[in-house]
Amino acid sequence: MSTHDAIVIGGGLVGGAIGYGLARGGLKVALLDEGDTAFRAARGNFGLVWVQSKGAGVPEYQCWSRLSSELWVDFAAELRDATGVDPMHERRGGLRICLSEQELEERCKMVEQIRLEQGAANFEYQVLGREELKQLIPAIGPEVAGATYTRYDGAVNPLPLLRALHAAILRYGGKYAPHARVTAIAAEPNEFTVEVGGTVYLAPRLVIAAGLGNKELAPFVGLDAPVRPVRGNIIATERVAPAIPLTQTIRQMPEGGLLLGDSYEEAGYDDFTALRPLRDIASRAVRAFPFLRDVNVVRTWAALRVMSPDGLPIYEQSRDFPGAFVATCHSGVTLAAAHALRYAPHVIEGKLPAELARFASARFHVQKAA
Amino acid sequence: MFRKLPEAESDSVTVVVDGAAVRVPASFTAAAAVLFNGSIARTTPVSGSPRAPYCMMGVCFDCLMEIDGVPNRQGCLVPVAEGMRINPQRGARKAEP
Repeated sequence: MSTHDAIVIGGGLVGGAIGYGLARGGLKVALLDEGDTAFRAARGNFGLVWVQSKGAGVPEYQCWSRLSSELWVDFAAELRDATGVDPMHERRGGLRICLSEQELEERCKMVEQIRLEQGAANFEYQVLGREELKQLIPAIGPEVAGATYTRYDGAVNPLPLLRALHAAILRYGGKYAPHARVTAIAAEPNEFTVEVGGTVYLAPRLVIAAGLGNKELAPFVGLDAPVRPVRGNIIATERVAPAIPLTQTIRQMPEGGLLLGDSYEEAGYDDFTALRPLRDIASRAVRAFPFLRDVNVVRTWAALRVMSPDGLPIYEQSRDFPGAFVATCHSGVTLAAAHALRYAPHVIEGKLPAELARFASARFHVQKAA
Repeated sequence: MFRKLPEAESDSVTVVVDGAAVRVPASFTAAAAVLFNGSIARTTPVSGSPRAPYCMMGVCFDCLMEIDGVPNRQGCLVPVAEGMRINPQRGARKAEP
């Protein structure tokens, strides 16, 4: 029997960030990680800390994402200082390149809607027309109509981020358990027994943050997390001299390699690459920046996003079993700072605040009108 | 450092490795010519450290070099040709023309 102050199920970016936040708040944490056999969004994602496209129609989501982007500056420094592992955070703003007038128009509508909904919370964006954008990036292709920009957008390298989170949990006296696939959960109010093969973990707090595994695990504590996989493909190129600033679909890593991405595919649990989305990604990238035609591709991969029915995070505490929480989202990088520095303290307190109520799963249980 | 095995070679070609004319067997790859000449393949884009060809079978990407003006080519996969110009890939290649 292994006794802790909190058990976190899920060793990816969401579980890692919350586990780190709990450990940093003084709790003795056990982080249970299924291992490399799991579908690891944390190991396959694009690494953006992205705000400008989040939360049209759901101002709470925009606020939460922007808050996280602001918290990221200190969060990155804190992780680096605690572990010596640098998640390579940058926050210099980001562009969404639009390949037609219609795309730009729709994009402008969306960011303007976000601005209006944010009201006094002041969401600021810029629209760059073709000529303005060309001054910034002379290499844009003839089809590019313009771009939207916000200063809130940024990026990290998600691999050192994951490593830093695990290292930081250890640094604060937590336990990291690899190859720890949960086989059973027994729940009592403020008393949770989690079985992993032959080992039993016991704690008064339980956070379920197991990505696609949440769907199966949440019901053990009376919660609902109806998530599904949405596949994304990514293309990585050879390292090249600095060529472009940060955009939503094409980014250059600090070492010079370019990542091209942004495909959304309903492919069930198939996390293999597929030719059609890769072709579409490459085609859009070359239309945005024709010089990419001559840049060599060195790798492609795919990973599964953890998607709720409406694309928003699910944050909830169990009514039947106080002390149990669920956290799931498809933006584990963007929201990592908020998960560590805001969500985790609420778990320690034992209660999620009103501003996170919008993300409870009750929103999926509304009766449909006839 | 490297010597050619004393086998019968019928044809040979002249290539230009980092500015120097080198006579090599026609069966060589560009990476072999670089090793034969004792020069480096590249300097890395991140730290600038010098690298020689290593795996000679298209896997390690340490023999990236500029061949006839084309950057970042894997020298171990390119057979030599008469007059071929082989230069080290110094740091990251430029992406834009």
